[in-house]
Amino acid sequence: MTLSLLITLIPLIPFAGFLINGLGFRNIPKSLVPLIGTGASFLSFLCVFFTYLQFNGDPVIVKLFDWITVGSLNIGFTFQIDQLSLIMLFVITGVGTLIHGYSAGYMSHDSGFGKFFAYLNLFLFSMIILVLGGNYLMMFIGWEGVGLCSYLLIGFWNKNTNYADAARKAFIMNRVGDLGFLIGIFLIISTFGTVEYGAVFSKATSFPVGDAMITAITLALFVGAMGKSAQIPLFTWLPDAMAGPTPVSALIHAATMVTSGIYMIVRSNVLYTLSPFTLEVVAWVGLATALLGAVIGLFQNDIKKVLAYSTVSQLGYMFIGLGVMAYSSGLFHVITHAFFKALLFLGAGSVIHAMSDDQDIRNMGGLWGKIKITAVTFLVGTIAISGIPPFAGFFSKDEILAHTFEHNKLMWILAVAGSFLTAFYMFRLFFVTFTGKFRGTHEQEHHLHESPSSMTLPLIVLAALSVIGGFLGMPVVFHAPHYLNDFLSPIYEGSRTVQEGFGHVHLSHSTEWILMGVSVGVAAIAIFLSYTIYGKGGSVPEADQEVSGLKKVIYDKFYIDELYNAVFVQPMMRFSSWLHSAMDNRVIGGLIRTVSGGVAETSNLLRRIQTGNIGTYVWLITLGVIIFLGFSVGTEVWTSLKSISK
Amino acid sequence: MLTLILFLLPLISGIFLVWNKSAGLAKTTTVLVSLAQLALFIYIGSVFYKDAAALEFSRSWLSDFKVSFHLGLDGLSFLMTGLTVVISGLILLATKDLNYGNISRLLGLILITEAALIGVFAAKDGFLFYFFFELALVPVYLMANLWGGEGISKITLKMFIYTVFGSLFMLVTFVVLYLFAQTSELSELAKVSAILKPGLNNLLFWGFLIAFAIKSPLFPFHGWLPDAYSKSPTPATMLLSGLLSKMGIYGILRILVPLAPAGTAHFSGLVIYFAIVGLIYGSIIAIQQFHIKRLIAYSSFAHMGLMGAAALTLSASGVQGAAFQMVAHGFSAVGLFYVAKIIYDKTGSRSLADLGGMSQKAPKLAVLFLVILLGSVGLPLTNGFVGEFLMLRAVFDFQHILGIVAVSSIILGAVYLLRLYQKTMFGPVTSFTENIEDIGTKELVVLVPIALVIIITGVFPNCLLELSSGFADTLSLIK
Repeated sequence: MTLSLLITLIPLIPFAGFLINGLGFRNIPKSLVPLIGTGASFLSFLCVFFTYLQFNGDPVIVKLFDWITVGSLNIGFTFQIDQLSLIMLFVITGVGTLIHGYSAGYMSHDSGFGKFFAYLNLFLFSMIILVLGGNYLMMFIGWEGVGLCSYLLIGFWNKNTNYADAARKAFIMNRVGDLGFLIGIFLIISTFGTVEYGAVFSKATSFPVGDAMITAITLALFVGAMGKSAQIPLFTWLPDAMAGPTPVSALIHAATMVTSGIYMIVRSNVLYTLSPFTLEVVAWVGLATALLGAVIGLFQNDIKKVLAYSTVSQLGYMFIGLGVMAYSSGLFHVITHAFFKALLFLGAGSVIHAMSDDQDIRNMGGLWGKIKITAVTFLVGTIAISGIPPFAGFFSKDEILAHTFEHNKLMWILAVAGSFLTAFYMFRLFFVTFTGKFRGTHEQEHHLHESPSSMTLPLIVLAALSVIGGFLGMPVVFHAPHYLNDFLSPIYEGSRTVQEGFGHVHLSHSTEWILMGVSVGVAAIAIFLSYTIYGKGGSVPEADQEVSGLKKVIYDKFYIDELYNAVFVQPMMRFSSWLHSAMDNRVIGGLIRTVSGGVAETSNLLRRIQTGNIGTYVWLITLGVIIFLGFSVGTEVWTSLKSISK
Repeated sequence: MLTLILFLLPLISGIFLVWNKSAGLAKTTTVLVSLAQLALFIYIGSVFYKDAAALEFSRSWLSDFKVSFHLGLDGLSFLMTGLTVVISGLILLATKDLNYGNISRLLGLILITEAALIGVFAAKDGFLFYFFFELALVPVYLMANLWGGEGISKITLKMFIYTVFGSLFMLVTFVVLYLFAQTSELSELAKVSAILKPGLNNLLFWGFLIAFAIKSPLFPFHGWLPDAYSKSPTPATMLLSGLLSKMGIYGILRILVPLAPAGTAHFSGLVIYFAIVGLIYGSIIAIQQFHIKRLIAYSSFAHMGLMGAAALTLSASGVQGAAFQMVAHGFSAVGLFYVAKIIYDKTGSRSLADLGGMSQKAPKLAVLFLVILLGSVGLPLTNGFVGEFLMLRAVFDFQHILGIVAVSSIILGAVYLLRLYQKTMFGPVTSFTENIEDIGTKELVVLVPIALVIIITGVFPNCLLELSSGFADTLSLIK
């Protein structure tokens, strides 16, 4: 099989899966549906794998056809395989396949089973296009495509108006980001005359560092990233997005789609390296988001909401990494986070399944013995996210922290404080859910059961990956190869050209040991604290009405949703009504009413003259004739006048 | 000669149907004529790509005034004629199964409109253009009056006043040009206009602009639109939004810019600002509408604003984007109004407050509605995206801040269109929607082609874009 065909098949197979399940789900037997869906995902994974085998290090560009050609602008429908897209494709199709398999069990009782798999495959297709596309507009196809799938899947149970609202909120907030992305694309076109990655990046290397236009481009693109990757101020859709079925939360709102913003920046690394200002903005926005997410996560009691805020927070860490020019570290965290966060979400799904669809951790407790596989794998995920070596999260987060330390000490302190919070609230979640006594109803207790193997198997695989995933990139002091950095090195060619010394770490080994020690120590203290309060202490978060003071402010998410509602939504609604009633009906409508008032009498007169509807016709014809005659007579008069004047 | 047949076939069959009484005969004729028109157009296409000049038809008409009946197709005309043939066919197909009295006459009037529109888009003579431009509204006006609901006569009167007002300006402008050129051939008028004094050229600009701005309509000339779109019977609304509105944008490209180049250079910026105001204004109003047709009406108005603005930037991206979007919007507007009609016929309500949960009862409708809606939202890989992308880029290049304002319409569009979708399709079923059935073949034959066109031309837009590239080049020369 030729390489270009193989590459084309990567997105095409999930698309075929979408068409089959989507068009035929009424006629396809229920047992076949997950087979088609998961099979498509797995085949796509195999295609990625075989592409990887044939990949020799140089970017492979497959141009299917000219997509949009206008004037001198020619945008191709192109795919690009290089180190970056390969890594992303492995994560997307790999984790994707596991989550497809999990869904076969999780969604088996749902009446929209076929539809669900169709949407999942459509999502996979869009996500693949996003990372496989060879230019910015292709990325935009995927970008909005995943947004649509996210909309459809968050609102999967759209009978519930709240869920449908959450879906709409996600789409609209993402569109706010897309505004930035589009403007970024427009600026790229006017600056470089093309949107193809290769051409843009090679032309960019001739720009000086700090160029204003590049800064504008990167800032505009970053607005897009804020929307998709839930950064301040566009993050509030992500917690609401938990209304979707749990596998969706795992796949879209933890492992893949929300990391698109990171992918976009790593893809455009030359541009960002050229703009230190934008990088600083990225780092601080990331830091603020990381802290805000972690603080809100401290007091949430919905198992999925905790994980959602933790995702917001972890995405923030990835942006800190990007902001301090540690692109690979940011991407490294994307990978490890995909493993452990998918694991945690799927684990949460398994818990929710066992709890008869209850998501409130205050009703749980003591689940450790009841659902052993889920509990153990969940613990693995919790350790991984908390940054305890040698679990995956430690390596990637430590790398980001080390680079942050080098960049700005204050930033490092705040980031470490954030990881303290992370370890604390994640273990709080774990202890409250799995230790102590069961606090739910008798019915729930009677119903408690471990999930079927289609669900536990993905948990086990992801747990294994969360343990070993970190070995992709070991710290320098371990004197082990950093596979990820070595592999990704070619995509930073441009950054190396424009920035001397790019990618070199200047930390001494002893500093690095100390930094590592600090972050592990901080995490250990947090875990110990969490254990004393919620594990050994056995305390349970209080009921909603008992929460008060600052804690209530945090519990209610700092009222940011309410703020947005009061500042943006309500005024817009009022403005809309005002425009309609006061402006459009009165002013614009009134414009003609004065005229038509005068005409109204004439019209009444005319109506009396009219004998039925044909009369109107006659009237119109007469009018036409008058206009026409007026025209010809007028011309004649005019010509004669002219001849007379001569 | 072929172009003439394309024009005469719907005209003659339309006149026949207006006098005919038998509904059965009318429906058969409609289907046959639509298919014949489509086949003829495809054949014209094959000729067009070999030798476009072969499609010219010219006969002396009012010889005293050197007015000729001159039809011909360049890329842009070909595109618009094709749009007219296909969209009219779909409207006919949809209308013939709708529950209207006196169906034969209704179908006949649609066919006459089609003929007039083909005349507009193929006319190479100024007077002929004017004649068809006026003629196109007459059958739609009659349809609105004869099949419209309560209070329609006031609304159509308003529309009529607006239109006559605009048309008088256009007529006078044509007469002035005619007096200088002593012919009404468009190409000759352009030559004369190029050597006129700038002051006079500015007047010509406004004379034409008012007519086209009312027809599209562009802000603030849209006072007639909300009522006319929402109260007219659906076939008339589909014609107005899908095709007649395009005469305005087409007029800007074909008449206004070439015949008033100096005026365009002088004033187009101002008009672009107003058109973008209309885009945002219409979008914001659409957010709070509960009446489905009114919501789509404002959405349609907003889209026209962007087309007008983009066309007047005269850049390749703007002109081709506007030309492309005329096609894209033609399909999505007709699709949306048709869906609104289906919903009304099934539930008896046009109010978002009454509806909900329809996707559970009518999944096929929900899917097709979604595709059409996404075309209107401008999601990539639908044709709406290609048009919006090119047009927004043109406006952004024209003026960055204005461009950002214009791009914000993609957010507003998502707000009101998703609201429309959610309030009809999602949520719990209501007493209006609990007993409805899904759509059947007669709706599918209209909606499926629309959905397919939206996707196919979104994936392969170049097949349409290249049609307008030659025309865009000539306009950019004027700039």
